[in-house]
Amino acid sequence: MSEAFQIILLAVDSAIRLSVPLLFACLAGLYSERAGVVDIGLEGKMLIGAFAAGAVASLVPNPWLGLLAAVMASVLFALVHGFASISQRGNQIVSGVAINVLASGLTAILGNAWFGQGGRTPQLPSGARFNEITLPLAEAARSVPLVGEIYYQVISGHSVLVYIALGLVPLTWFLLYRTRWGLRLRAVGENPAAVDTAGLSVTRLRYSAVIMAGILCGFGGAYLAIAQSAGFITDMTAGKGFIALAALIFAKWRPLPALGACFLFGLLDAVALRIQGVSFPGIGQVPVQAIQALPYILTVVLLAGFIGKATPPKAVGVPYLKDRS
Amino acid sequence: MSARTAPVWLTAGVVPLVNVAVAFLAAGLVVALIGENPIEALGIMLRGALGSQYGLGYTLYYTTSFIFTGLAVAVAFHAGHFNIGGEGQALMGGLGAALVALSLPFLPWPLLLPLCVLGAAAAGAAWVFIPAYLQAYRGSHIVITTIMFNFLAATLLVYLLVGPMKMAGSMAPETARFVPGATLPLMNQMAAWFGLTITRTPLNLSFIFAILAAIFVWVLIWRTRLGYAIRTVGANPDAAVYAGISPARITVIALLISGGLAGLMATNEILGVQGRLINEFTAGAGFVGIAVALMGRGHPFGIVLAALLFGVLYQGGAELAFDKPKITREMIIVIQGFVILFAGALEMMFADRIAALYARLTGKVVAA
Repeated sequence: MSEAFQIILLAVDSAIRLSVPLLFACLAGLYSERAGVVDIGLEGKMLIGAFAAGAVASLVPNPWLGLLAAVMASVLFALVHGFASISQRGNQIVSGVAINVLASGLTAILGNAWFGQGGRTPQLPSGARFNEITLPLAEAARSVPLVGEIYYQVISGHSVLVYIALGLVPLTWFLLYRTRWGLRLRAVGENPAAVDTAGLSVTRLRYSAVIMAGILCGFGGAYLAIAQSAGFITDMTAGKGFIALAALIFAKWRPLPALGACFLFGLLDAVALRIQGVSFPGIGQVPVQAIQALPYILTVVLLAGFIGKATPPKAVGVPYLKDRS
Repeated sequence: MSARTAPVWLTAGVVPLVNVAVAFLAAGLVVALIGENPIEALGIMLRGALGSQYGLGYTLYYTTSFIFTGLAVAVAFHAGHFNIGGEGQALMGGLGAALVALSLPFLPWPLLLPLCVLGAAAAGAAWVFIPAYLQAYRGSHIVITTIMFNFLAATLLVYLLVGPMKMAGSMAPETARFVPGATLPLMNQMAAWFGLTITRTPLNLSFIFAILAAIFVWVLIWRTRLGYAIRTVGANPDAAVYAGISPARITVIALLISGGLAGLMATNEILGVQGRLINEFTAGAGFVGIAVALMGRGHPFGIVLAALLFGVLYQGGAELAFDKPKITREMIIVIQGFVILFAGALEMMFADRIAALYARLTGKVVAA
């Protein structure tokens, strides 16, 4: 097998690992924003989820309980966001900022008070984490050129959460475009008054979307703390929630393109990690920061309408008031 | 019942105070949750922040940064926009000040210092220009673009500080020191000019700038034609068009002022304290600005008070973390989060109930 091919396989493999938290958060934002609730609190919900997962998995060495804790913590924050933006008709951006700031402060202070390791949770043993799974026949298939190598290196050998994330993409597509709930959810993000007139509860639909976002952010947080790493580290989301938001815009609020956007941003991350200190013929060293900045630059360019047009759901960010004439 | 028709002291005084009180109550619960006494913690905080010249100096030093970032958020609010990019604009303000200070060190200080301050404001304004333009003329949501620009600013600064602008021979990501003529005098030095002795703290001349900026914003928003245009666009862009005001133009202008104010935050930290450009010097001041602007309800007087409160929290929080190691400095971030939640996102939660209570107590009917 040639060296270049191996490098590509490794890059794709690490891009998948790096894009999974983005994908969870991006799909979370997709449910929320398609229902008309802006969610810039993805970062905070993932962070509190990661903390809950790390904390619980360190007490009870079972990754599934860690995941459950992550989902519960994240849904709790999602409900605060829902209460502020749906029931109280508050400013959804301000509420999202509050979620992010609260998560950043609470995880640090509670982590320090409970575990006394400067905001970290204790290092997890292997049994308390989601470990890498070798898919059936991976070893055997390795001898098959090309396809077997790809199967062994790229497709096999991830934690179960990676496969869940990938499975969520078609599932989300199905839920949104092929079920009654999905149709109503999309309608409530475009024209809540029409949904209300049809006798459906705007409030209930929007809450269901916000809770869905909470669940998925919990998965993303759990992935960071108990699959990718062996415990929670202060501010371990490190802006991933915002990159996911960028990916959501990049995907124009659609599930299948969301997978592509998250993979692209994950790949950029993987490339940035690899090219540190590497000198390219003719170009010299490419500053890592240039690659790290690309997702943000691409998103701004897209928002500016220079490459296609990103049109958000029509009613996104607007609280619904029943008696408005 | 609506709170809108209730008296001003109720809507602009009691309601925000109740919201902030609830935020503090929630924070107190967190303190209790980690097994410390909230009342005792509050006492340590207040003593640490206000109990000595040293503490007070630090408190006002923190306050300075928060006045700038709070005013920045408020000016954008008045135009109906949420400038969440204060953090990035302040970082770029530091870069602007540093570029002037490092490239024109031969100038005499009466020329160099004002240029450095202008450099900070100009760079902050420049950093918001693209998001502002895209919002005004292409409808790209400014919240998203300024978030992206925060990350871009942080990345750009890291690149410059480990690369082209790094001081030769230093391991840390920082520039060379500025010449003395490019730095602001500390308050204790200024007091010494008048024969007064006060404790040396990072408090510097930029505190006076911050107060002047608050007065400037008040005059701008409530006493000028431009301010009227900004408020009109913020209240109703469609009506503004009929009044002959261009919402797009006013949006850009208001956001440039907002970015300039955020950039001025760097005068405190970079020109006042550090005397060189360092990485991550804003330390979240841009986000504190959001809490400050919400708490101060967009009014410069309220913003100065709210900034002072956060100054107390930051200095008192440092003392508290020293006395009670379990309550780390992140406690301030928790309080900040609760303030943004209760004084911002949930600001109307208690308003109706308070108005109803007022109506019952006074017997006056507050119209719905």
